[in-house]
Amino acid sequence: MRKLSLAPSVSPSSAHELLRELVAHLQQNRTLLREEWARRITEAKLLTAMSKDEIFAEATAVYDNYVEALESGTFEALQAYARNLSERIIPRGVETHEVIGIVLLLRDVLARSLFAKYQNNFAQLNRILDAYEPAVNRISNTVAVGFVQERERVIREQQEAIRVLSTPVLQVRERLLILPIIGVIDPQRARQLTEQLLRGIRTNRAKVVVIDITGVPVMDANVANHLVQTVEATRLLGATVIITGLSPEIAQTLVTIGVDLSKMYTVGDLQGGIEEAERLLGYKVTPMGENSHSA
Amino acid sequence: MQVPILKQGPYLIASIQSALSDEDLVQLRDALVAQVGKLRSRGVIVDVTVLDVMDSFATRTLCDIAHMIRLRGAEMVIVGIQPEVAFALVRLGLKLEGVSTALDLEEGILYLDRKMIDSGKEMSIRER
Repeated sequence: MRKLSLAPSVSPSSAHELLRELVAHLQQNRTLLREEWARRITEAKLLTAMSKDEIFAEATAVYDNYVEALESGTFEALQAYARNLSERIIPRGVETHEVIGIVLLLRDVLARSLFAKYQNNFAQLNRILDAYEPAVNRISNTVAVGFVQERERVIREQQEAIRVLSTPVLQVRERLLILPIIGVIDPQRARQLTEQLLRGIRTNRAKVVVIDITGVPVMDANVANHLVQTVEATRLLGATVIITGLSPEIAQTLVTIGVDLSKMYTVGDLQGGIEEAERLLGYKVTPMGENSHSA
Repeated sequence: MQVPILKQGPYLIASIQSALSDEDLVQLRDALVAQVGKLRSRGVIVDVTVLDVMDSFATRTLCDIAHMIRLRGAEMVIVGIQPEVAFALVRLGLKLEGVSTALDLEEGILYLDRKMIDSGKEMSIRER
């Protein structure tokens, strides 16, 4: 168990006393303070994604955990609760400033009630605040950090999901692969793309690869150079790359920033690219009807 | 370790078995350039499948060999470059310019066969 750090003027035993007095006060006025807090949350237009009842329910739970953490001086339970709360509210679009806002509001509400209670005894108020401030700061910190950590975890998870889904290497004919790229390419994704493509060429024994970048909105010099390198690396594996679907914007940027595309084999659209690849591989696709006539 | 050079019809196949030192590479170069004339080979295949690292000396030597082989009147193709190696080479700016490459031994032979057909040299002696 971790003891709360206290102002030096207060001896440990009396600090403990003070904290107990504080907790007793908060427990006695539980309903009142809770309601006041929920009211202030609505007033400040925080947690707009949640209904009034939900806010009140969460406020109750947070309040109880808060008092418990104050009382016991341990933060594990509160941490777990903060993580659990974050898990529930992040998908509903609750922002970081809202969570920090409500914690600070609770701090404010409680401090005000302490001011009201000890308004005639300034010395006692001071001592209570000495005990209250460090503890409550730590609690606020725990809740806010818990929220941010949870958010970062969600972001990491989503990045991982995008990473896994983002680069399919598909075989459309014997020895012909297509690699449709959708969305922005960042350096990390570019690297992964190259890796998967080169490996795909080897496992599928591909001779021609069509990279379709119709779905790529923008491309900077780094990514363009990476693409050129990928094309050169595929040549070392004995394959040819055809790039299709360069948008007018990308074409303009690439020429303006002066990326050397002389070694790139480009075709207007994916259909054209596949037809060109079939020609390179010696395929000839004819409609059924025609075929049977000539046969 | 010395690289075995095998004769397969009109082609020579140098199949690298393990990582090579600089001397091994020089030896390979000398042997290939000599053999290609002695055996009147039309093409040379260098198989680098086992190499998981290729440094600048190895790359330059392979480039040199390719150009020397061409001067001796044959074609050379490097086969079996690993994906990781390929990208590492490109990153280092070692692009093996002017050197033919193919996926593996089979593809390399197909590539040389096609070259022979294109240049009309195919089996000309044998058929007559």
